[in-house]
Amino acid sequence: MAAIAFILGGGNLLKIHLKKVSDQGEGWAYSLITLVAFLATLSFGLFKIGVHPNPMYADFPWSGEYREMGSPFWWIYEYAFKPLTATMFSMLAFYIASAAFRAFRAKNIEAILLLSTAFIILLGRTFAGVFLTSWFPESISGLRIENLTVYIMSVFNTAGNRAIMIGIALGIASTSLKVLLGVDRSYLGSGEE
Amino acid sequence: MLDKLANLDKRWIFLMMLISVSIPIFIIGKTGKTFPEVPSKLAEDTFNAIEQLNEGDPVLLSFDFDPASEGELGPMATAFTKHVCEKKLKLYFMALWPVGPQMIDDNIAKVIKSDFPQLVYGEDYVNLGFKSGNEGVIKVIVTDIRELYSTDDKGTNINDIPMMKLIHSVQDFKLIINVSAGYAGTKEWVQYAVTPYSDKIQLVAGCTGVQAPLLYPYIPRQLRGLLGAIKGAAEYEALVVENYGGKYPDPKYLEGQRRMGPQLVAHILIIILIILANVIYAFEKKKGGQ
Repeated sequence: MAAIAFILGGGNLLKIHLKKVSDQGEGWAYSLITLVAFLATLSFGLFKIGVHPNPMYADFPWSGEYREMGSPFWWIYEYAFKPLTATMFSMLAFYIASAAFRAFRAKNIEAILLLSTAFIILLGRTFAGVFLTSWFPESISGLRIENLTVYIMSVFNTAGNRAIMIGIALGIASTSLKVLLGVDRSYLGSGEE
Repeated sequence: MLDKLANLDKRWIFLMMLISVSIPIFIIGKTGKTFPEVPSKLAEDTFNAIEQLNEGDPVLLSFDFDPASEGELGPMATAFTKHVCEKKLKLYFMALWPVGPQMIDDNIAKVIKSDFPQLVYGEDYVNLGFKSGNEGVIKVIVTDIRELYSTDDKGTNINDIPMMKLIHSVQDFKLIINVSAGYAGTKEWVQYAVTPYSDKIQLVAGCTGVQAPLLYPYIPRQLRGLLGAIKGAAEYEALVVENYGGKYPDPKYLEGQRRMGPQLVAHILIIILIILANVIYAFEKKKGGQ
């Protein structure tokens, strides 16, 4: 099933991007790059281009590993896929900083609570938390930032998440029951319950 | 002045972030010094779950992440591999993500081939590779591993691999170690492996920062230990290095701790930006009221 899904996915990708290239609409060059990258990676991996045969089965040219070091597929993975995906992920840090400056405003009590929690977690997830409050005496060690972080995560966060999970589970159960009992027939396209 | 700050071009913020991350990377790279880490209970639980296993016990390492999250998860994957090798456990690698096998290859090269050359493939460690199907894979192998894995990653028949002789399903592993960047990952391992076979299957995991809050509800019964993001990796690394690192640990086993430096400065910058933005907001509000 997964293999057929891959074929369908590949076919769909080809169909959409070939149409964009043939129409020469806005951004068609990106579609061309996608197509070239897709076909090149697929060919290098599928036909094991540039791969040496496995020494145990030297008579069979296709017996080598497609991701063998030095092969074109390995090269694409190591020098294109890896840095590109890592770059995409690391850009988050820049956007988070920009969004923090523009969006976080202490407009009301709820926002102040959210901001205070964010500060505690941000500090508690670094050495700054330990550095700032390590002088607190043992009797109030629970107020040290690193301990507050653990408390927020394991009590408030866990309680909230469990409530959401239980709510979702109950929602799924009730919807399923409605469908099974024929109360909800909207999935048949009637538009009526 | 406040008007200028209020309309600060976002490129200045990007530049500040770049500088605040680059400087600690440079300093830590030059000096090799890192901030001390105090392991949390979760990191200790994760460490102890591996520590209490006996020599030769089979352990399944499922590396369900890709290069995008390697910066966050790579150090804990390395630390897990080292810890398991030091404990002389049998390592069975697998992946639910298409590029997981490359993550496994990296770890085998970085840890096993470099520091544990005495370990033999097929006898001490095996790479079962990637299978598509996400939680479907877990659902099948939790009762019969051979139904999906007829060969290892290299194409060797699974019945010809000596260390596979005693393994029939996931229930035969003493511990599952999952490094997860999302779907399919830790949540699916909890739902489809640990929950139905809670008396037989034990799980510890390392995950990205955004996933960690969603996994806390499973602690401790379904998830014995959890390493959240680079902070969790640094804490666990500190424990592994303290117990097995020797006097001069290899820098590759300190990567998590090294990455805490840039994280510290980046977090402080974000806090400063939020405070500054709120000061501007308060002044503007006051001005507007007058």
